[in-house]
Amino acid sequence: MELTGAEIFVRCLQEEGVDLIFGYPGGAVLHIYDALYKQDKVAHILVRHEQGAIHAAEGYAKSTDKPGVALVTSGPGATNAITGIADAYMDSVPLVVFTGQVPTSLIGNDAFQEVDTVGITRPCVKHNFLVKDVKDLATTIKKAFYVATSGRPGPVVVDIPKDVTAHKCEFSYPKTIRMRSYNPTVKGHTGQIKKAIDLILEARQPVIYTGGGVILGRAAKSLTDFTRLLGYPITNTLMGLGGYPATDKQFIGMLGMHGTYEANMSMHHADLVIAIGARFDDRVTGNIEKFCPYAKIVHVDVDPASISKNVKVDVPIVGQVDSVLKAMIKEIKADPRKPDATALKAWWKQIDEWRAMDCLKFDRNSELIKPQFVIETLWKLTKGDAFVTSDVGQHQMWAAQFYKFDKPNRWINSGGLGTMGFGLPSAMGVQLAHPDATVACITGEASIQMCIQELSTCLQYHLPIKVVNLNNRYMGMVRQWQEFFYQGRYAMSYMDALPDFMALAQAYGHVGMRIEKPGDVEGAIKEALKLKDRLVFMDFITDQSENVYPMIPAGAGQNEMILV
Amino acid sequence: MRHIIAILMENESGALSRVAGLFSARGYNIESLTVAPTDDPTLSRLTLVTSGSDEIVEQIVKQLNKLIDVVKLMDLTEYRHIEREMMMAKLRVGGDDREEVKRLTDIFRGRIIDVSPATYVIELTGDSSKLDAFIEALRPFEVLEVVRSGVMGIARGDVALKI
Repeated sequence: MELTGAEIFVRCLQEEGVDLIFGYPGGAVLHIYDALYKQDKVAHILVRHEQGAIHAAEGYAKSTDKPGVALVTSGPGATNAITGIADAYMDSVPLVVFTGQVPTSLIGNDAFQEVDTVGITRPCVKHNFLVKDVKDLATTIKKAFYVATSGRPGPVVVDIPKDVTAHKCEFSYPKTIRMRSYNPTVKGHTGQIKKAIDLILEARQPVIYTGGGVILGRAAKSLTDFTRLLGYPITNTLMGLGGYPATDKQFIGMLGMHGTYEANMSMHHADLVIAIGARFDDRVTGNIEKFCPYAKIVHVDVDPASISKNVKVDVPIVGQVDSVLKAMIKEIKADPRKPDATALKAWWKQIDEWRAMDCLKFDRNSELIKPQFVIETLWKLTKGDAFVTSDVGQHQMWAAQFYKFDKPNRWINSGGLGTMGFGLPSAMGVQLAHPDATVACITGEASIQMCIQELSTCLQYHLPIKVVNLNNRYMGMVRQWQEFFYQGRYAMSYMDALPDFMALAQAYGHVGMRIEKPGDVEGAIKEALKLKDRLVFMDFITDQSENVYPMIPAGAGQNEMILV
Repeated sequence: MRHIIAILMENESGALSRVAGLFSARGYNIESLTVAPTDDPTLSRLTLVTSGSDEIVEQIVKQLNKLIDVVKLMDLTEYRHIEREMMMAKLRVGGDDREEVKRLTDIFRGRIIDVSPATYVIELTGDSSKLDAFIEALRPFEVLEVVRSGVMGIARGDVALKI
């Protein structure tokens, strides 16, 4: 039987097992919306702005092992989605984004709501497609899901002109897909693994440094086995938090610009760095000239282009991290050599001295609410088991430092692109994927306003997100840099004329709270957590002058941290 | 150092812009780029001349391989290879100069492929330095326009870029 392109689209999603998509209708996708309306297998979540749709799909994908799916219209629908798509590209989030396009006969004519979506998105997608013939639609969708979810994941855009959704053809969904130009590596090279094992077992001051690749590659269990087998210290990047239990004694905290003193000092003094699913981002390395001066580097990554991009490595291993870790564990167990216990003991003694600096300490007797205290309290009251999304800035760093993630996929943030506005919509995706879980969005009064319209979506779909707004009346991270590096000239970083967030939340149909005293923090969070079926917006009025410490200033090395 | 990278890509619309976009987005330098379908019409072959340190060229090769439409590629400069470029030059020439230009063309093993009372069009094939030398030799004359194809290359012997 012949189906229309719109019907084929819906059937393809069903075949892919997509239960939920995020979107916003418009002229070019009306046939598709009509087809969605006539079925009930694929639910549609109506956002209030296309950026929100993409971030929600990211939250869904990052907290599950499934790709996120979004559907937007042509022109402004597509351009509004770009920030989210670029965000997903930087953080390697598997997404399939469908964009409507003007009919093929009008492409290139500057038609109403026309943009060159394939052209605009090209630099910020893993791949994109323009479907010009309904006969190619099913195969293209199959390819899109395959490319988005395999190898190093990423967003794939499929641009579908309106006439293609009306034309008819026979439908059959390919069971498998083979692309001669795309064959991601799975297994690591045995010879390289052996070389790595030699370095690993000979190291005297080793550090395991892991990133988002461990989360995306579902390798947290293997990483934990590997790390415990060796007894080596482990640090996670911002994107890698939860890849190893943060409350474990071998965990030395996050590394990088706002990482712990012990993590950065360990990296600086290490004689071996075992990098797994991490990409030596500038926020991790600090000044690249001063990065890990004494270390040999082993780098495991599924993306060959990530290897030796910023830092020249000694033993590269291309492969899926889980597969490589399992192979390494097997090799280590079979190897008669063991890590040098005496050297390791001395190394841990040194690390414990750095740890004793207590670099994350803050004033616990302040009369003002300290943002760190709010997050620490949230962590305690949720027993470390909530899903936590964040926006971008100081609150994001505090969340990363003070919420100790013991499990993967629980920490959902915008690491690479640093997109303010990410927190609330991504929390929607997380909550929809995990309806019974506690989902907290840690944000600030500047970030939250970038996608605050999604409070309306939260009401429509009854999403009981707990919004933790750390309100310091400043774009905090901008203010901090202005204090440190611009002699306190706070150019345009003061958030004047703020709304009454409590009233605003209430106007959107939610519960609003304002918390102004440290003594009220615990009670407020407890009360919010009790309201299991309501979104609660907690507006914490925090200490304006608080800075994120420790810090590696731009251009400095990892051993040159500002502590307080 | 100068590198000649030969690339087999899916012959699909937009494939070329993915390569060009990659170079501009990452700040790599393109000296020349040629592209045309191969004997297999589903494949295009690009020849790209770039320059950079070993680290940069290694990144370029990896980033090109990462493009989904790239089927296979080869850095020809790592092999014994042949490179050729074609040029057409239009000159305004009259009088005794016509004989002199004809002689120069013969010396460079070029061909005059269009003649009018006041002009010649000369076709010349060779490696880039030969073409440069010919342009230099034409300096005394009035060159109206020059068009160069950009470099094409192929490895010598058994080495072949094929799928």
